Amino acid sequence: MLIMELTSPAGQRTGSPRGVSFMKIIVPIKQVPEAVEVRIKEAADTLNTDGVPRILNPFDLFAVEAAIQLKEEKGGEVIIMTMGPPQASDAILKALAMGGDRAIHLTDPAFEGADSWSTAIVLAEQIRKMEYDLIICGRQSMDWDLGQVGAELAELLDLPQITGVRHLEIAGDGKHVITHRVTEDGYEVVKAKMPVLLTATKGLNEPRLPNIMGIMKAKKKPLETIDAATLGLDATQTGGAGALSKTVRVFPPEKRKGGIKLEDVEPKEAAKQLVEFLAKKGAI
Amino acid sequence: MSEHKGVWVYCETDESRLKRVALELVTKARTFADKLGEEVVAVLIGNDIERHAEGLIYQGADKVLVVDDEVFTNYTTDAYSKALANLIEERKPSILFLGATTNGRDLAPRVAAKLKLGLTADCTGLELNDKKQLVQIRPAFSGKVMVELVSPETRPQMTTVRPNVFKPAKPDNSRTGDIEQVKTLISQDDIRTEILERVKEVVEGMISVDEAEVVVCSGRGIKEPENLKLPEELAKLLDAAVGGSRPIVDLGWLPPTQQVGQSGRTILPNLYFALGISGAIQHLAGCSSADTFVAINKDPDAPIFENADFGIVGDIFEIVPAVIEEIKKIQAER
Repeated sequence: MLIMELTSPAGQRTGSPRGVSFMKIIVPIKQVPEAVEVRIKEAADTLNTDGVPRILNPFDLFAVEAAIQLKEEKGGEVIIMTMGPPQASDAILKALAMGGDRAIHLTDPAFEGADSWSTAIVLAEQIRKMEYDLIICGRQSMDWDLGQVGAELAELLDLPQITGVRHLEIAGDGKHVITHRVTEDGYEVVKAKMPVLLTATKGLNEPRLPNIMGIMKAKKKPLETIDAATLGLDATQTGGAGALSKTVRVFPPEKRKGGIKLEDVEPKEAAKQLVEFLAKKGAI
Repeated sequence: MSEHKGVWVYCETDESRLKRVALELVTKARTFADKLGEEVVAVLIGNDIERHAEGLIYQGADKVLVVDDEVFTNYTTDAYSKALANLIEERKPSILFLGATTNGRDLAPRVAAKLKLGLTADCTGLELNDKKQLVQIRPAFSGKVMVELVSPETRPQMTTVRPNVFKPAKPDNSRTGDIEQVKTLISQDDIRTEILERVKEVVEGMISVDEAEVVVCSGRGIKEPENLKLPEELAKLLDAAVGGSRPIVDLGWLPPTQQVGQSGRTILPNLYFALGISGAIQHLAGCSSADTFVAINKDPDAPIFENADFGIVGDIFEIVPAVIEEIKKIQAER
């Protein structure tokens, strides 16, 4: 009930930090194929992900959990959003079962074959119509590992971004986030005024497993399905047609050839042979 | 698109130090520029960084653009992305490489979105096709497949490139080139994030796996954190860095900076020891380019052996001490 009352009317432009304890948090998620199951189609040079089990992208779990924790602490609403085919609703249900309040499923055959740019375009078009304090994405998706949609989305929405966040708190004034952003030799403490876009990484939290109650409730939570026409995007902007990066070939990785392998050799003798081998190669 | 000329390298600095990946990329850019008949332009953005310009020319750059200002003391997405996007818009390069570092991967998509450019992150291979397009090659699906991508319609063709994939050439101190200071209009007001503190988590005296010639890496087979003394002893003999696979870093036995693999560092050492590591594809993604690869593991079927130039099936606690003794012998003879 509370949720319905507070849902903002469509068309209202976002933006200003609300500075209240009630936070609106958008979590864009992605459903990905489980990498272990992916095969290359023989002689087709294309990726075969048909029939491969699909999961909610692991980095997105950190984002969903962070949003739910903030909501539990400050009060608020967590809006799950995805651009994906109809079956991506499984990923939405999981995020709702964890504790998301409602969801938006951007789905249209015209969105297929998108790269990070034509994904960000679609997400941005929807988010522009909404009110929010925070957007939390996963740092990267497990399938492509590009990690580009978050920053591209932030640019399209003209928001500050903090990528690779492993600690998140709301400052005492209720208007800023204070984060720990992972760097190559540690982390930096970064503060920014909301609204801001964050990408979540390992260490931010331990994502909860949905319980039975959560799973039951998830199916009753509001889920909006939106297509390209409703968003006001034409087919040249989205999916494969709107993509700026094109895949031209997919192929199996080159395997390194195994070399010498000693089995059932006494440790001393094995060590001796190894060190001789390395010395001969000039490696030691 | 034909007005776009020049192979650009964004040469990342951190606390005024030049990242090694910049040298790797200038070397690679030189080969492309020669094929295309274009110039290599190195871009330096930072504070107190002009001193790196000459070295970049020795490395292969024809021109260095230096954007040196206090506003760039710390890396911030807002200031750096504006500075780089402004340069690109003004001067129209055909190709732009950035290192796929933490900050490179924060900066590149922001710049790409500002200018509506195609972008491929974390490439491990780069080629030119017969249309003289940049072919961007990278692993996907945890390294199960390799993918080739192009950005046919947008210029510059932009990629971030994984560090330690290409070797930097020997610098040629006789090379000459232009160094141009570029004024910036970016001010503190453009920056919407504030860096309150930078915390280093590297352990004092620990050699970084990124740049070490020899890396001794341990996996689950090490069993107890105390047992890391063994790889440490081997590493000390060889001036090597001590690395760990994801499971032991997740357990906190080694700091995240020492993690080798897909979610850690990609390394390119001369010699790599995999001790008690099974050889998951995610781990191999970070180390399989080592010049010489040694694996020691109890399990004869461990996939790590498929990668090893020299594999020993056996107990690391019996074999590694014997290897240490043999190395000591050899070193004493020298």
